[in-house]
Amino acid sequence: MFLSMNNVHKSFTNNDKTELVLSDIQLDVKEGEFVSILGPSGCGKSTLLSIVAGLAHATEGSIELEGKTIKGPGKERGMVFQQAALFPWLTVEENVMFPLLPDMSKKEAQQKAHHYLQMVQLGAYTKHSPHEISGGMQQRVAIARALAMDPALLLMDEPFGALDEQTRSRLHEIVEKIFLETKKTILFVTHSIAESLKLSDRIVVMGTQPGTILEVIELNFPRPRSQSKEELLYYEEKIQALLKSEIDKVTEKEQKHAASR
Amino acid sequence: MQPAVKRIIFYVLLFSIWQGAVYVFDVSPSLLPAPTDVFASLYEGFSNLTLVYDLAASFRRLFIGLAIALVLGLLLGVLLAKSKTADETLGSLILALQSVPSIVWLPLAIMWFGLNEMAVIFIVVLGATIVMTINVRTGIMNVPPLFIKAAKTMNYKGFRLFSKVTIPASIPYAVTGMRLAWAFAWRALMAGELLSTGPGLGYSLRFASDFGDMSRVIAIMLLIMLIGIIVDLLFFQRIEKKVLRKWGLATS
Ligand SMILES: Nc1ncnc2c1ncn2[C@@H]1O[C@H](COP(=O)(O)OP(=O)(O)O)[C@@H](O)[C@H]1O
Ligand SMILES: [Mg+2]
Repeated sequence: MFLSMNNVHKSFTNNDKTELVLSDIQLDVKEGEFVSILGPSGCGKSTLLSIVAGLAHATEGSIELEGKTIKGPGKERGMVFQQAALFPWLTVEENVMFPLLPDMSKKEAQQKAHHYLQMVQLGAYTKHSPHEISGGMQQRVAIARALAMDPALLLMDEPFGALDEQTRSRLHEIVEKIFLETKKTILFVTHSIAESLKLSDRIVVMGTQPGTILEVIELNFPRPRSQSKEELLYYEEKIQALLKSEIDKVTEKEQKHAASR
Repeated sequence: MQPAVKRIIFYVLLFSIWQGAVYVFDVSPSLLPAPTDVFASLYEGFSNLTLVYDLAASFRRLFIGLAIALVLGLLLGVLLAKSKTADETLGSLILALQSVPSIVWLPLAIMWFGLNEMAVIFIVVLGATIVMTINVRTGIMNVPPLFIKAAKTMNYKGFRLFSKVTIPASIPYAVTGMRLAWAFAWRALMAGELLSTGPGLGYSLRFASDFGDMSRVIAIMLLIMLIGIIVDLLFFQRIEKKVLRKWGLATS
């Protein structure tokens, strides 16, 4: 299996209180697959993704990528965060060159950077500063930067969560195009049902407290998904039903917390 | 009305009132000389080059002191930001020293280094190092954790992560630190020179005062003020603005 998560548990200890955030996550991802992780806020999606990225470690269990256990960050995994996290002291082009520079000449890195910036349709903005372009464009630069390392696995943590609706659907098209062209494996975290239906081959629906996998849904209808209204509706209702009890759980906990203060 | 126009009117008025008051009340020049006398003294000081030599001497000390302070502040700031133990111990001392005007160290400095330049440079270094240290420390501690995470996913770690991400990300604070360090250094230098030995602007000010030459005293005071403003406005504030804009932090 390309990527396999085996029995992953994660707990955080704060002030002697231990909170179990992820419980028994078992998931296999095939090469070239687009998998969305969908779940209510706080269910541990970001935590899971940062374990895959190697930024955090599982309390129990392990994750293997192409047979190798993940122990820390690596170039075969690129990550895009909710905030673009571009470095303001570098230009757009230099940001995309950033992951390349240790290993290749400046000229080579620049050529590569231009290639990936064109892929996200930003070829005309190479010399701009990050703060001179819009939020959606910044996020496209972040995608180009992650792609520049030519990672086998692309991790995206609610990359469009902070963007407005129009910008978001434009970016969906770009990501889908990149996915189809580069055949990268993508692990995509979102809390938007519509987003996951539009983009993924499979949707992993997560429950909360602790974070567990509720169900994995295969989407076996052709892209672009917008042409299959019936299927979209069917799955949307199905996922909504799955998530409803989870969201109730969160609300209940919040109310209890509020009452106990 | 433009602020610049308002300002010009204000200063013309200020000097006219000063001039008028000195003339009307016939104030003794040893109490308060007229602005015209002050400007004449300023002109004389520049044409016979005494003020030029003083300026050169003061600036030499300032640059030596400031250079040492900036390097020292950078190193100390990095140390405090990176080592919790250093921050909890040395950091507390540096914060405590911040509330002491560096000039109070002069008697000790004179005992250690003698009544010479070294004592004055010591005062300058002390005043400027502390603000620089505090700003560099704050800058490094305030680097967005997301920058570090993102760089780690691009396989940056250790010294390369520090030099390519942490340091550039904290430059806005370091620049503010430099500007404050200059301001502290300039004040400390003038105080040090006033109370120790010359040549230098501060020393000449005291020398003029000892001889009752109040026109020269005020002329030098004006010069100290002008240099303070000009360096801050034309140099440090410009750099600071540029950096803040580039780092996307400017509230335009
Ligand atoms: N470093 C941490 N220390 C303690 N608790 C954390 C930490 N990171 C995340 N958590 C907790 O783990 C839970 C899941 O967080 P997260 O993975 O960010 O959720 P999601 O991305 O699904 O919204 C939350 O309850 C959060 O408070
Ligand atoms: Mg999250």
